[in-house]
Amino acid sequence: MLRYSLKRLLSLILSLAVASLVIFFVIEVAPGDPASFMLGINAQPDTVAALRAELGLDVPKAERYLAWVGGMVTGDFGTSYTYRTPVARMIADRLWVSLPLALYALMLSTLIACPAGIYAAARRGRPGDAVVMGATQLGVAVPNFWFAMMLVLVFAINLRWFGAGGFAGWDKGLLTGLHSLTLPAIALALPQAAILARVMRSALLDILGEDFMRTARAKGLSRRQALWRHAVRNALIPVLTIIGLQFSFLLAGAIIIEQVFYLPGLGRLVFQAISARDLIVVESVVMLLVFAVITVNFMVDLAYALVDPRLRART
Amino acid sequence: MSRNLALGAILSSLVVLAALTSFVWTPYDHAAMNIPDKLQTPNATHWFGTDHFGRDMFSMIMVGARTSIAVALLAVGIGMALGVPLGLAAAARKGTWADELIMRGNDLVFAFPSLVIAILITAVFGPGAVNAIIAIGIFNIPVFARITRGAALSLWEREFIMAARVAGKGAARISAEHILPNVLNLLIVQGTIQFSLGILAEAGLSYVGLGAQPPLPSWGRMLADAQTMVSFAPHMALIPGVAIILTVLGLNLMGDGLRDWLDPRLRVTRG
Amino acid sequence: MTLLEITDLTLSIGALKILDRVSLSIAPGEIVAVTGESGSGKSMTALAAMRLLPERAKVAGHVMLEGRDLLAQSEAAMCAVRGREIGMVFQEPMTALNPVRTIGDQVMETILIHGAMDRDAARARAREVLERVGLPEDRFPLSRFPHELSGGQRQRVVIAMAIALRPKLLIADEPTTALDVTTQAQILDLLKGLVQDYGMGLMMITHDLAVVSDMADRIVVMRRGEVVEQGATRQLFARMHHPYTRMLFEASGHRVTLPAPPPPAPLLEVRGAVRDYRLPRRHLMRDPGVHRAVNAVSFTLNRGERLGLVGESGCGKSTLTRAILGLEPLQGGEILLDGQPVWSGHRPNLAVRRRMQVVFQDPFGSFNPRHRVERLVTEPFHLLDSPPRGAARREAVAEALTAVGLQPGDAGKYIHEFSGGQRQRIAIARALIIRPELILFDEAVSALDVSVRAQILDLLAELCAAYQLSYLFISHDLSVVRTVTDRVLVMKAGEIVEQGETARVFAEPQHGYTRALLAAAPTLPEVGAA
Repeated sequence: MLRYSLKRLLSLILSLAVASLVIFFVIEVAPGDPASFMLGINAQPDTVAALRAELGLDVPKAERYLAWVGGMVTGDFGTSYTYRTPVARMIADRLWVSLPLALYALMLSTLIACPAGIYAAARRGRPGDAVVMGATQLGVAVPNFWFAMMLVLVFAINLRWFGAGGFAGWDKGLLTGLHSLTLPAIALALPQAAILARVMRSALLDILGEDFMRTARAKGLSRRQALWRHAVRNALIPVLTIIGLQFSFLLAGAIIIEQVFYLPGLGRLVFQAISARDLIVVESVVMLLVFAVITVNFMVDLAYALVDPRLRART
Repeated sequence: MSRNLALGAILSSLVVLAALTSFVWTPYDHAAMNIPDKLQTPNATHWFGTDHFGRDMFSMIMVGARTSIAVALLAVGIGMALGVPLGLAAAARKGTWADELIMRGNDLVFAFPSLVIAILITAVFGPGAVNAIIAIGIFNIPVFARITRGAALSLWEREFIMAARVAGKGAARISAEHILPNVLNLLIVQGTIQFSLGILAEAGLSYVGLGAQPPLPSWGRMLADAQTMVSFAPHMALIPGVAIILTVLGLNLMGDGLRDWLDPRLRVTRG
Repeated sequence: MTLLEITDLTLSIGALKILDRVSLSIAPGEIVAVTGESGSGKSMTALAAMRLLPERAKVAGHVMLEGRDLLAQSEAAMCAVRGREIGMVFQEPMTALNPVRTIGDQVMETILIHGAMDRDAARARAREVLERVGLPEDRFPLSRFPHELSGGQRQRVVIAMAIALRPKLLIADEPTTALDVTTQAQILDLLKGLVQDYGMGLMMITHDLAVVSDMADRIVVMRRGEVVEQGATRQLFARMHHPYTRMLFEASGHRVTLPAPPPPAPLLEVRGAVRDYRLPRRHLMRDPGVHRAVNAVSFTLNRGERLGLVGESGCGKSTLTRAILGLEPLQGGEILLDGQPVWSGHRPNLAVRRRMQVVFQDPFGSFNPRHRVERLVTEPFHLLDSPPRGAARREAVAEALTAVGLQPGDAGKYIHEFSGGQRQRIAIARALIIRPELILFDEAVSALDVSVRAQILDLLAELCAAYQLSYLFISHDLSVVRTVTDRVLVMKAGEIVEQGETARVFAEPQHGYTRALLAAAPTLPEVGAA
């Protein structure tokens, strides 16, 4: 188990290293001179030179990359050119919106999808299955940001159960904060839940066809007992894979959903940065998102080993 | 042919038909503004109503279908053109450094959701439909590479591949002659699914302004326009949304139906 | 008093009739074998007794367990019967256990699900039955996972689960088919011992008449869903009323006569062949080492000779086959065909490869389902510098198909239009088409029903007479090797432990392992004389 974890950790670090190289290359090397890019074509030569000095563009690229990575490791993400504030602090503020939103949605999606998938698999071919499958088929097809607009229309504008947008902040209490994230989280979660429920169902159906399920029935377990005791845990392996993948979709989706609800999260930050050509901010936010995805996949790998004894043994 | 497949095929071909027709005919010029007629709900002259500039929504939906289909189709094309050969090569060299390199590369690309790729590209090159195609296409590469490799690996274990090797055929020839035709069904099904995901992704990117730019009409941007009007002109949001849902639903139904129809195992039990 | 009484059991799935008025009975302490070829309905009979049938199956008739009709019980009542009154053992031990739960957990589940004991007593009982099936505590604690056990050991766990509550009836569906012959003998002994100790009835489903003749009190012969004959083992073998029983018996011990081989002249020479596989790296720094699958193997196959290669799974015979075919390089030694190396430098030698062909085991997996027979059969033409075209090519296909007993017109069909036996004929036609000097038969008849197997063996004998074939016949089935080879090699753990004239090796085995193999192989009773 320890060896397995170390191996995954090594591949995590390697992935992060390569990902940071790619991002660095796209942002700082591909556009030619980032300073004149950020200032636009009408910039004065001396302003460009000042920015070059500020960004440290005169040092060799390799050195700049190392400085950038080294800075991130110690929590220094540089200074935003447009806002004149440390990028780390800007990100930290926004992260307190985006991360809870993604986690809230992940929780909702898992809580809805797993029971729905198990229910559908247990009633395979019967009306209950058909209803769940029909609903998921529709859920998969709905764009989450459109669903978000509809939620605003119904629950915020017509019923007035929620605010139409904005974020109350955490300092007014946990519940107030959660309340303003609820509609966005539902909008994010339901389409993902539809996918997850389908995966859960089909993984279970695959396992129901396995020999050991027949063995379990021959021992005297009822259909339902066999499903719960033998199928669900085996089905967790593909389901965990999808949950891991979904986290990245939820994080990316959160960026879009923030636009609908005017939430001050990473999404708004990055879009403002793009229009202001603030490459430093874009670079950091993208790296952070990729870091989150890779780390979550690392945790999923560890979770596999908890579920599957074969992996634990294999190193 | 199952009911799913039929329904899916009908929905999908309706959308394709709308897109193709828009090249020769739309009820109105999709870009023509007509402020006096703005924000009409669906009626006899404007079947889907008009937007806040008085543009005909029906025409915009037809032309928007064009953008959606073109972006998604090209993105799937990029994914297949690069992903399938990579997957075949990885399977043919299973366990070697080449396989390892391809698969680790795939894992890495998976860490960049298409939105993140789009953000990167847009930050440097500016927004546009082409960037959306590239962003979604890059994300499709590992999808096709993985599915091709997975299916090819199990085929490489089969004895007919061994027989081909005994007949002196090399890995490239075997991949083309024996592996590819046997994974084609799977690729068609996955292709339909990625196509529908591509349409959703394009809508999302255009909605946040990273995709199609004016004057190119797009369902995602119609929704962005509708956002501020949703309380008094809900049809502006409803209609493009329903268009996206029906298209994606149709493609997914078609994918599921094709999978059942093409899978010989399922066909045996049916017969 | 009978324990299980099946009367007029009829079963259909949709329009397909699976069982037709099947009747049989089992007394306590009795072993009843139900035998027949694939499609005979023997497994379905067992599943019907357990009421574990596919959902769409329609059943009629009676399955009485001590006077209670199981077909009339509710599903809940059946759950109480399964595992407690009837235990069941399945064919595939590798997949019959849940991979994510310990063996102790899975054996205890049988006891706990029926509420028969509390947890501690259940744990003690699980330990006791595992002990009884030959899995002692010091090597097989309850905390083991299935993947840590071999196939035979897993089958023992499955048996332990089935007998944990001392059921009155045990149903074993091909319990040893997936196992090696020595393991098979041990499992069969175990089952016999359990029947004696517990006075259980045992319903043994098997396709192998030889297995049946050794241990069953009574035999039920089935064909296409019907019982064609049943009776006490000895009488049944002595009389064999039904022609199908006679055919089955004849086919199971089928013998062919090979033409005499020409005087020895070496064709294939294997000299000190070594094949290593790198083991997966377990330590980052330490060299993972290698697994030596083939260790210093040397032998010669003469022109016109039929050579056998026997051994159990994992002994290296498949690896050796691939090395001879030039599909994998050797790490030591050399393989020569007619004096030329099979592997030259870093590439397989094409000049040698075109003189060899192979026939594989699986008649379903050895053809690309998307190609027509003509294309399938002519694939080896790829090896030739100037393959025949047009009429010559059609003629070659027609000749090869005719040689294996098919029609030239079959060339236009797809592979799914043929039965398993016909597919194996096509595989032989594919091997013959370039007139190779050497053919490798890799378990080529192992997946076939006995009657089809007998036909293929006859075909082989005919082809030997017509084409003077030289072949290496690789198989785990001793009775087949005995009849189709002149000489035999016995392989164990990567090494050849014994070789010699087939008749001599079978009559007077020298090596202890050969003797063990022969002793473990079930044999048919000698009734030809009776």
